[in-house]
Amino acid sequence: MFTIFGIPSAALFGQLLIGLINGSFYALLSLGLAVIFGMLNIINFAHGAQYMLGAVAAFLLLQWTGIGYWPALIIAPLIVGAFGIVIERTLLQWLYKLDHLYGLLLTFGVALIVEGIARNYLGSAGLPYVLPDSLRGGQNLGFMFLPNYRAWVIGVSLVICFGTWFAIERTRLGAYLRAATENPTLVRAFGINVPVMITLTYGFGVALAAFAGVMAAPIYNVSPQMGSELIIVVFAVVVIGGMGSILGAILTGFGLGVIEGLTKVFFPEASNTVIFVIMAIVLLVRPAGLFGRRA
Amino acid sequence: MKKTFGLAALAALLLAGTASAQQIDVKIGVLTDMSSLYADDTGIGSVIAAKLAAEDFMKDHKNVKVEVISADHQNKADVGSNIANQWYDRDGVDMIADVPNSGVALAIADVTKAKNKVFVASGPASSDLTGPKCSPNTIHWTYDTWMLANGTGKAIVKNGGDTWFFLTSDYAFGHALERDTEAVVLKNGGKVLGKVRHPINTNDFSSFLLQAQASKAKIIGLANAGGDTINAIKQGAEFGIAAGGQKFAGLLVFAPDVAALGLKTAQGLTFTETWYWDLNDGTRAWTKRWDKERNSPGKLPSMNMAGVYSGTLHYLKAVAAVGSAKDGKKVADEMKKLPAEDSIYGKSTVRADGRVLHPAYLFEVKKPEESKGPGDLYHLRATIPADEAFRPLKDGGCPLVSG
Repeated sequence: MFTIFGIPSAALFGQLLIGLINGSFYALLSLGLAVIFGMLNIINFAHGAQYMLGAVAAFLLLQWTGIGYWPALIIAPLIVGAFGIVIERTLLQWLYKLDHLYGLLLTFGVALIVEGIARNYLGSAGLPYVLPDSLRGGQNLGFMFLPNYRAWVIGVSLVICFGTWFAIERTRLGAYLRAATENPTLVRAFGINVPVMITLTYGFGVALAAFAGVMAAPIYNVSPQMGSELIIVVFAVVVIGGMGSILGAILTGFGLGVIEGLTKVFFPEASNTVIFVIMAIVLLVRPAGLFGRRA
Repeated sequence: MKKTFGLAALAALLLAGTASAQQIDVKIGVLTDMSSLYADDTGIGSVIAAKLAAEDFMKDHKNVKVEVISADHQNKADVGSNIANQWYDRDGVDMIADVPNSGVALAIADVTKAKNKVFVASGPASSDLTGPKCSPNTIHWTYDTWMLANGTGKAIVKNGGDTWFFLTSDYAFGHALERDTEAVVLKNGGKVLGKVRHPINTNDFSSFLLQAQASKAKIIGLANAGGDTINAIKQGAEFGIAAGGQKFAGLLVFAPDVAALGLKTAQGLTFTETWYWDLNDGTRAWTKRWDKERNSPGKLPSMNMAGVYSGTLHYLKAVAAVGSAKDGKKVADEMKKLPAEDSIYGKSTVRADGRVLHPAYLFEVKKPEESKGPGDLYHLRATIPADEAFRPLKDGGCPLVSG
């Protein structure tokens, strides 16, 4: 066993893996944000609240109807996605022509209302959500004990991230979408229903957040503020990756998870600020972000 | 015409002035965490406790009018002191209660001293509030880090848990709790193998848990509270802490935290508290009243909330004895003179350094099969008498006492 900077390599590998797991959540969440910003030009500040709603929906499904983790992985995002669609149709659609700031303020307000309501009914200490039996236990990897559930989180988020990137960057549907954001009038002239497409995209972005919420429910505390704690970091991830860049959001999400994980070993006190330090440096050197296309 | 009207108004004002001379007006501000990791251990439940105390007191003292207001300090010392300044200067607040989060509380203690009001600190833990940072205007109710360390730390070391690794919340409270516990562990022949400081309100503990596992310490001491403790224990179960032969020591655990963890995860945890809803008839009756006001099924009152009630009641007694709430130091001195007694905390005494003394209890969380219902959480393992539960006066280093 060798050591790196005085830390045994085993501990370091463990921390790298943990970093990747946390990075999966950053990636899943920043992916939804990037899709929404890239396609709709809306800075979706309600993303954290929607992530929380996903977890809460999974919890309530289990409490009220006995629906377990696996169906909830599909049902909760659908419910929350539908909620997103209602918001888009009733509120957001009027803001596309206005400055970004209006969308930000509106979604921020929505987030505050949703969190306030949740806090009123659920309290803030958090609700226990039981790990599904099939994902209990863990593997001893020699250098660390890896819970099965965490391994599952990495796997699923890689699949979802790659799938979304592929759908938007490499398929015909994705091409329509990207064209519709560049020039909606022209795309409409080809007989494509742009407003419906935009609405569904928002719904999809929101559903992604809710999906991450269900994934988080068994390991993190299901509580009304779970989203607002994470959302600021996730915004930093999106800014570092480049606003609207999907690949940027994914890669930065995983990368920053690892950097944060390593900080927890070498200088734990700084672990919740390191991402913002990186953000400041990136903004100084590359204002459009690491993968940003526009200056 | 205008002039007469003005005169009449002035006369009315003067009349009102003389009328209130017989009546004592008291305004109490509950400054607490309404929205974050400590909100279920304090928050709205503390506000209700203060209102219950005001209600009970006004029933017997018709000449005292108590008003209770509240605000969210967001766990930020600057936000907290801004609110305190505003309350004292503009809103006529006479006493601030609760204030979970020792960082905020130390700031509030300074503001309160400068404005000569009273701070009934029932929420914060740091023993520095009655140690080096003691103030003639601070009365520290409920608990402190020395008492937690002494109660829990000693019991665990004596039961064989002699090697420790600390997960410490990185601010005034965590540092104080770690320092006080480490002293107890060393004094009783134990060893501290390592420690890691995590930011307050940490979502993911996996990295810190791995470090704790690598240390091979028998006991992982959690020098944190509220949401942080819940997350650490929950994720510890996932990472096989117990399976690896290590045990958590929750150094500050509240009943709502145990309820949130569920008995299955929390069973066997041993910790010290000064109050539990199911201690005796008085506490059970009070919990019923509290529950009616809280109106949220499944929520339990914590010892902090009980401390707000008890502290507020004793403060009001002192105000009535002095005859006015305006001179904070005078009221605080009166609180130290008067014996404190109420239906939920029993008898307490307030010491010269502001420390309130009452018995402490060592509890163990029940196994799921031992619990009779949702609120039935603890076995009482030991009662530590008031004179042993808290740090002796001479060891605190409080300038009020020594100088």
